[in-house]
Amino acid sequence: MAPDKTLKLRALIRKARRFDILFALLGLMSLSIAILTLAALFVDMAVTGIPRLTPEFFTNFPSRRAAEAGILSSWVGSILVMMVTALCAVPLGIAGAIYLEEYARKNWLTAVIEINITNLAGVPSIIYGLLALGLFVYTFGLGQSILTAGLTLALLILPIVITATREALRSIPQHVREAAYACGASQWQVVNDHLLKYSTPGILTGVIIGMSRAIGETAPIITIGALTFIAFLPPAPGQLNIETGQTAGLFDWLWSPFTVMPIQIFNWTSRPDPRFHENAAAAAFVLVLMTLSMNAIAIWLRYRLRKNIKW
Amino acid sequence: MAIASHDPTAPSATAAAKLAEFARLKRARQRRERLIELVLLAAASVSVFTTVGIVFILLRESIAFFSNVPIWDFLTDTQWTPLFDDAHFGIMVLMAGTLSSSFVALCVAIPLGTIIAIYLSEFAGYKAREVLKPLLELLSGVPTIIYGFFALLVVTPALQKIFPELPGFNILSAGLVMGVMIIPYVASLSEDAMRAVPMSLREGAYAMGSTRFQTAVKVVVPSALSGIAAAYILGISRAVGETMILAVAAGMQPNLTLNPMESASTITSFIVQVALGDLPHGSVGYQTIFAAGLSLMLLTLVFNLAGYYLRNKYREAY
Repeated sequence: MAPDKTLKLRALIRKARRFDILFALLGLMSLSIAILTLAALFVDMAVTGIPRLTPEFFTNFPSRRAAEAGILSSWVGSILVMMVTALCAVPLGIAGAIYLEEYARKNWLTAVIEINITNLAGVPSIIYGLLALGLFVYTFGLGQSILTAGLTLALLILPIVITATREALRSIPQHVREAAYACGASQWQVVNDHLLKYSTPGILTGVIIGMSRAIGETAPIITIGALTFIAFLPPAPGQLNIETGQTAGLFDWLWSPFTVMPIQIFNWTSRPDPRFHENAAAAAFVLVLMTLSMNAIAIWLRYRLRKNIKW
Repeated sequence: MAIASHDPTAPSATAAAKLAEFARLKRARQRRERLIELVLLAAASVSVFTTVGIVFILLRESIAFFSNVPIWDFLTDTQWTPLFDDAHFGIMVLMAGTLSSSFVALCVAIPLGTIIAIYLSEFAGYKAREVLKPLLELLSGVPTIIYGFFALLVVTPALQKIFPELPGFNILSAGLVMGVMIIPYVASLSEDAMRAVPMSLREGAYAMGSTRFQTAVKVVVPSALSGIAAAYILGISRAVGETMILAVAAGMQPNLTLNPMESASTITSFIVQVALGDLPHGSVGYQTIFAAGLSLMLLTLVFNLAGYYLRNKYREAY
């Protein structure tokens, strides 16, 4: 009976091994479905869009005629909105994270703030749009301006910046702090002279991820009622307005109506004329290239960080 | 460094004056430190104000809305025509669109996400994981408007070859693309939960003669169940709150149906539709989007609470 039993056991092991191989194949297949979708999306944008990517596409305003339409007002709008977002979210996020990680005592206030940040990260982005519509546009009277959009997106990416900064701070070993305190540094000196310097790459990763999310965010900006057909640029500081004869102030552009890349894409996509879809593909290709390269930079930074820092 | 700039060896300074000077510097430094802490606390509280702001705005406009529309009609009416003369406000219609699109998305994201997570955590080698995981994370970095474009102009025509009667706007293609978009969220969090399972459990299983597959399915997954449940919940709330894919590819026609082969409007795409028009501030139409937003918040809240409960119930302590 013994050899028979061995044979049975061998068959059993072979069967179990087969399952291993099958599952590994299944895993690779699932991964390739996901990654091939990304590739298909990218290739489709490239094939449809690249013929439209002429220099004029970047210097023309949107137009009723598909062949003459461009993305000048939307890429300028996107960059200006991103500037406002970065200027608000980066200092606020880093400061908030420093408080929670280095200063906060274990009390109810800290607990409330922490639970809040976790919850805010899960709030759908369109809800931020409703907040902005009710609060910034009508209650504070900021209107449907670059300032409103920038502030809205800043609130949206704040949890991302805070979480990344906290992780970067947490990964710094305690002895760095203790050494600085032992030399007589105050808490702020420890944070500013030592901790922030060590955590810069980690914070940068979080900021880039946050900004790449913000630049592609469409729903909140539509919700605040941003116009989709804008054939002018926000006033540059010192620019002469021909109608009123006044020069624009340093911050007048903050209150200007605007459009951004994702809204331009949405606008072109929802037209029935397929020639506008080509424009949408071209603009989408530019936007995808921007967000993917931002993500790639963040991933590379994180990789270098893990490789180079050994405490 | 204020102390460093002070020169204690100045010839005119007596010992007592030096001490007084140091005490003054110390007090100034303490004041400055206190001030910095308050500024940092203020920055951290912005998140609390954001939540308060969201709740305040949603409630304020919704209360105004429900003084015009009875809450019973809102919950039971089977029509959603808020901008017509014969206005009906049945949130059920939008809820159906949201649920059916989320269901399609989860049918893609949960199986694929779980398999990918098990593969990355238990089967793939270190090098493969280092390459594949960031690649997968790029999927969540693509703006959703671009997924919408892809669903409408690539996936729908492809599906129409299989199902010729499929309309140009439909829940199915939007849901499928949304599912692919959610895969990284599900996979990444589940994988983190599986990696957190102690090696000793795996070694125990291997020592008993289990294969990789048996170890993964019978030991690692059950031990990581609370984390995997949290990943699913995150996936669900992403699906429920997703806006642009649906606004572009699913059409914006309110339609009380759970059939993914039809076009339908969801809570989120309705908000977009209204925002695209020109509604006067304070009108019932304007208030409707806040009532819809409140319903969306409550829906995600329900899922988050369920996730919290699941996490506690199946928590494994090591």
